[in-house]
Amino acid sequence: MKNNISLLLTSVYLVFGICLLAFCYVLFGNVVSGWFDFSSVPSKTAIQRTKTTPKSEQVVDGIHLETGLVYAEGFDIVRGTCTACHSAKLVTQNRASREGWKQMLTWMQATQGLWELGEQEPIILDYLATHYAPEAIGRRANIDMKEVEWYILNLEEE
Amino acid sequence: MTKKKKQSAPTRRGFLKQSALTAMSIALGTKVVFANYLPADMLPIALTDATDFFDLKGKHPDLIVLNDRPINAETPPHLLDDALTPNELFFVRNNGIPPKNIDTKTWTLTIEGESARQSKSYTLADLKAKFASYSYDITLECGGNGRKEFNPPAKGNQWNLGAVGCATWTGVRLKDVLQDVGIKSDAVYIGYYGKDTHLSGDAKKVVISRGVPIEKALEEESLIAWEMNGQAIPMLNGYPLRLIFGGYPASASGKWLHKIVIRNKVHDGPKMTGQAYRVPCKPVAPGAKVAEKDMCIIEAMPVKSLITFPKSGATIKLNQTLPIRGHAWAGAKQVTEMHYSIDFGSTWQPCTINAPKNRFAWQHFTANVRFPETGYYEVWARATDSDNIAQPMLLPGWNPKGYLNNACHRIAVKVV
Repeated sequence: MKNNISLLLTSVYLVFGICLLAFCYVLFGNVVSGWFDFSSVPSKTAIQRTKTTPKSEQVVDGIHLETGLVYAEGFDIVRGTCTACHSAKLVTQNRASREGWKQMLTWMQATQGLWELGEQEPIILDYLATHYAPEAIGRRANIDMKEVEWYILNLEEE
Repeated sequence: MTKKKKQSAPTRRGFLKQSALTAMSIALGTKVVFANYLPADMLPIALTDATDFFDLKGKHPDLIVLNDRPINAETPPHLLDDALTPNELFFVRNNGIPPKNIDTKTWTLTIEGESARQSKSYTLADLKAKFASYSYDITLECGGNGRKEFNPPAKGNQWNLGAVGCATWTGVRLKDVLQDVGIKSDAVYIGYYGKDTHLSGDAKKVVISRGVPIEKALEEESLIAWEMNGQAIPMLNGYPLRLIFGGYPASASGKWLHKIVIRNKVHDGPKMTGQAYRVPCKPVAPGAKVAEKDMCIIEAMPVKSLITFPKSGATIKLNQTLPIRGHAWAGAKQVTEMHYSIDFGSTWQPCTINAPKNRFAWQHFTANVRFPETGYYEVWARATDSDNIAQPMLLPGWNPKGYLNNACHRIAVKVV
């Protein structure tokens, strides 16, 4: 009888344990496996990820697909810090000098709840100033020929 | 009997956050530095339910998403071709997270403030029953529309051309409601509060609380609206209630509206102060640093136009005439002349432009364009307002936050 009860209890614990593991996997599986893939700190030459990498975590032409961020030195810290609050798109669509990026961090710390960055700040600033620097476009840029999709417009002939 | 220990239950968010930080730490092979400074409710986005933040429900799939947290999406110019912008095509500029589980039966609008004679609340049913309703076609344009072109670049969402739209808005006049509450003689401004929540998750943090001078609030076209083009306002555009102020930066037209304050001074909510929605009071050189005291609140959007047909990139034959059309608007003023150029601004030909349906509605223009020979062309459009002020061909005055770019719209055309 006692044996039966302990057997029952053990099974209950086992089932519970499995459920807990499954729950954790559902919650964090993708993320954790994603993070584990980062075991090597990315260097300036982007690493092509293997087939086992989830599609969103792949790097193509130096761009991390999930976030759209340049995959280079400082990527992990920039991703972890910036996307805690907002989309990575807010980073990738902006351009600024190191000083300009510093001002944005200061503004986010003063008004948006960004925490003190400590020794990570220079890493973040180096990354942003290197990969998201302004281009000289003068008083107005040309229409971007790369963006124009040429098509035949059907009109009546005269 | 077992002793019961009083213990606060760990919250799901707290649990998630701790687990998330652990996962991040393992993954990074390092501790998340200063993790204890993370605000209590903040979660890395990788661990949140993405649909919490990114839900473009009711919106056209061809909108250009600039930012998915908060959601900011603009309309490609060729999709703005309708006389009135359909709800699914109207741009979205959110500063925070829209409210969830809205119950229109219990939704209230409260009017208070130091220059209000009393504090008074209305349900949506009260507003509809007590006051006459009005409909106006009103153009809303984000103050930062066109920011993308400024050099040096300005921070923020890099809006290109399509943070603008014109819809029929239906609601009650703000002035009728304010007068029902009672306005003290010292009133100078009104400010709004909405039910959206701050990105940081901090429930106490106000996302955005802007407003307009009392004179603007009392204009006939200033509405508390619940309907857009005859339908409920889309969630992302402020359902179930929002303000509408024509000719001002769209940020003045507060969404998910639940409180209005009548102020005896210029309203000082988030994004009214500092550099937000302000430009230098006097012109400055590109890249100049401007002190806060030298920045002035934007109160009128400038004259502007868009070519909505054809889409940029059209290829036509030399013996064909190209019909062009689009819209033009000029803040509180009217567009009196509309021109196009196919020679980079050397010569300008007139377009036909019609009168606005009402003040603050955009106007429609058309023209038929002939090209002298084959080759690459750009069609430029230039509107002129009732004060004889026209759109510039280059960028207008640089300003630190990149507002008010009303440079001529250009489309590329090839003649073969």
